[in-house]
Amino acid sequence: MARITLSNLAHSYLATPASPADYALRTMDHVWDDGGAYALLGPSGCGKTTLLNLISGLLHPSEGRILFGDRDVTDAPTAARNIAQVFQFPVVYDTMTVRQNLAFPLKNRGADPAYIKTRVEAIAAMIGMGDRLDTKARGLTADAKQKISLGRGMVREDVNAILFDEPLTVIDPHMKWELRTQLKALHQQFRHTMIYVTHDQTEALTFADKVVVMYDGAVVQMGTPAELFERPAHTFVGYFIGSPGMNLLAAHVDGAVATVEGVQLPLGAGYSGLKGKIEIGIRPEFVRLSADGTGLPVKLRRVEDVGRHRILRADFFGREINAVLEEGAEVPADANRLSFDPARINVYADDWLVVAGGAP
Amino acid sequence: MNRRSLSGPIIMTVYLLFLMLPIYWLINMSLKTNNEILGTFSLYPQKLTLDNFRTILTDPSWYNGYINSMIYVAMNTVISIVVALPAAYAFSRYRFMGDKHLFFWLLTNRMAPPAVFALPFFQLYSSIGLFDTHIAVALAHCLFNVPLAVWILEGFMRGVPKEIDETAYIDGYSFPRFFLRIFVPLIASGIGVTAFFCFMFSWVELLLSRTLTAVNAKSIAATMTRTVSASGMDWGVLAAAGVLTIVPGALVIYFVRNYIAKGFALGRV
Amino acid sequence: MDKPLNNKAWFMVLPVLLLVAFSAVVPLMTVVNYSVQDTFGNNEFFWNGIGWFEEVLASDRIRAALGRQVLFSAIILAIEVPLGILVALSMPKKGFWASVCLVLMALPLLIPWNVVGTIWQVFGRVDIGLLGHTLAALGIDYNYTQNAVHAWITVIVMDVWHWTSLVALLAYAGLQSIPDAYYQAAKIDQASRGSVFRYIELPKMQGVLLIAILLRFMDSFMIYTEPFVVTGGGPGNSTTFLSIDLVKQAIGQFDLGPAAAFSLIYFMVILLICWVFFTVMTNLDKRDGV
Repeated sequence: MARITLSNLAHSYLATPASPADYALRTMDHVWDDGGAYALLGPSGCGKTTLLNLISGLLHPSEGRILFGDRDVTDAPTAARNIAQVFQFPVVYDTMTVRQNLAFPLKNRGADPAYIKTRVEAIAAMIGMGDRLDTKARGLTADAKQKISLGRGMVREDVNAILFDEPLTVIDPHMKWELRTQLKALHQQFRHTMIYVTHDQTEALTFADKVVVMYDGAVVQMGTPAELFERPAHTFVGYFIGSPGMNLLAAHVDGAVATVEGVQLPLGAGYSGLKGKIEIGIRPEFVRLSADGTGLPVKLRRVEDVGRHRILRADFFGREINAVLEEGAEVPADANRLSFDPARINVYADDWLVVAGGAP
Repeated sequence: MNRRSLSGPIIMTVYLLFLMLPIYWLINMSLKTNNEILGTFSLYPQKLTLDNFRTILTDPSWYNGYINSMIYVAMNTVISIVVALPAAYAFSRYRFMGDKHLFFWLLTNRMAPPAVFALPFFQLYSSIGLFDTHIAVALAHCLFNVPLAVWILEGFMRGVPKEIDETAYIDGYSFPRFFLRIFVPLIASGIGVTAFFCFMFSWVELLLSRTLTAVNAKSIAATMTRTVSASGMDWGVLAAAGVLTIVPGALVIYFVRNYIAKGFALGRV
Repeated sequence: MDKPLNNKAWFMVLPVLLLVAFSAVVPLMTVVNYSVQDTFGNNEFFWNGIGWFEEVLASDRIRAALGRQVLFSAIILAIEVPLGILVALSMPKKGFWASVCLVLMALPLLIPWNVVGTIWQVFGRVDIGLLGHTLAALGIDYNYTQNAVHAWITVIVMDVWHWTSLVALLAYAGLQSIPDAYYQAAKIDQASRGSVFRYIELPKMQGVLLIAILLRFMDSFMIYTEPFVVTGGGPGNSTTFLSIDLVKQAIGQFDLGPAAAFSLIYFMVILLICWVFFTVMTNLDKRDGV
């Protein structure tokens, strides 16, 4: 187990990067705590896999240093870093049995055969493959193979960290749930540092204690799922998390009042000295139908019933605004105004959250 | 794979040297006169001469050999591909009575020793008056090239989803138009690979091309072996003839170099 | 893919069927015809039943040729397959040098077989060939026209020179298809280079290797031109392999009966071994879920 520190880390796939746009991963300082369960969330191409491969040593960074605990491992090869990685599609050694697959990393380190046996059986029981230890890996289903990959990653007790690169991509949906649960249980039992890369917010939010959201090569926010939901630090986080995502409107903000297309909306705090592109954001969960004629004038287009709640889709000067209403909530036919909970309105300047009181 | 040991490049270099040395020697000989070849032993021509090549390019009995070979190889490639395309399509898209057996039987023809067919071919083509013609050799080579073409093309066609065919029919394409306009471009690299192999196996073959030709369609391979069995070895000219037979092959490889690796997997890996 | 049953597909296969039948079945019938008949000349034939087959199977000369052939094919396979794999493993994966290697490696495959023979015939000569001259200068009494062992070595080295690239190119194609993730996982598992080869590369190359072995076995078993040009089957008949012997009998001596019986047996042997390979190959395909 180790605390992983990324210091001034940046990476470009080009030999001579000229501008920030040439970097797949922009300069970052980041600490992953020992024993934490992290999700690394972001859209395709945002640099998640690059970051993962830098940590595991499959990629050597263009700039910066990586430390495991107090040890600088930047130049250490993968084998010396003692990490485990589970890939997107199952990587098993087809010609070996399940037992031999699980034992492989330990055998390569010259471990004692008796120890290997007990360890393999323990891990196999954990991933639910104890009864198939001596079947050949070749004929197994995709989820069984992925479990073997997982098991092989965990078989070493002293791994510094386990890295997952979208491991449930090839798994059937109902198996996904089971595997996610098992992963969480494993983490609680063994407390390895786990970093789980995904582009699926449900996976991220259910697995992790802390979620790291990446966008365009940079970390935009790290926090608990609740923090990401309530105070998105970046408009992208607001858009990406939650379904539907945060509503964003261009606005003019002065003091504690935001003006949107001429309509004034009260804010929960005062802001001054804002520069750049100003927007206000509010989650659909905090948007209500206005009963008293105040609020934003909108045209209601659709009400969707998704079971546990209802989604109201409205149109405001060509922009879509969504509201999440309770199950069974009434929508009067002539309703045409939406009110925002002032305390939940976030102000963004150039896509970054402005802390109440001034510029970020 | 970041760091490689030096063993890879060393092995490759040794192997390539091994391959290139005899070819270099042939080129070396082709640029010398006979006197120099038999007289002094040197690693490179002391007196470089192009006379050997000149002889070949001006003597009809030599250059006709090349022309004949090119003609029947081209014929064979075209025939093999044209005939193999519909058959490969049928194998890849449909099941029909006896299909597996037919496929296997086709492949067995690739396994036929040409020696077994030398005499029967000689008698067959003589009896229908096709002895010493280009078409005879082209057809004879079809024995092993057509099965190979069907095998390779079927492998590539398997990779094209059936849904494309169905969409085309829904869009109103007739079968011939679909085949030519849509399907063939999709397997263009497969056809290229097939043409490469048909060319290769037909160009290099000696036994059948020598047995079935005498004067009019005599292949370059036959011309060269006749020269060898005649008395008085004209080494320089022989070497030059050899060098000239390598040229078409080298050109073909150069043009398909990007498909070579894929092609050698026959589309199946 | 799911293939619908459609017997009309036979029309598409018809051209191939006719062409190959013409090229194969008709001549084969001729051979069968000759194999069961005998003649005193003047185009008069009479039935001989399995007489020729018995004679061929008992013939010392043919058994000797078969023995030589089997030995030759075995040695060829034993050298070319491991060497081809080694070369494939040593090749750069991509880039300019990969193209250069591919082109140079493929060159011997496209040389007409008689030219291959000529190249080595010359190469091995003591007076005008680089190899012969060098060996003589080193004091080795190398003479492939008179010494049977030297003739064998020359023919084998020539075949290795000629055909190893085929195995190498096939193995290379197989290697290219292995996803990077396998190598990365092996690094993480701290697998040694030998383990990587044994557990990742070799299993994934099985399909192509089988094709390579099949092709090389078949072609080496049928070999005619190259050894014929270099040694003519000699010295004596020490390098007279099956095809050379057959052609000598059929076209040289015009012994139609025995030659025909010989041909059929020859063909059957190849077919049998290839059928075994083919079945193994398709079973491997099925097992991998292809």
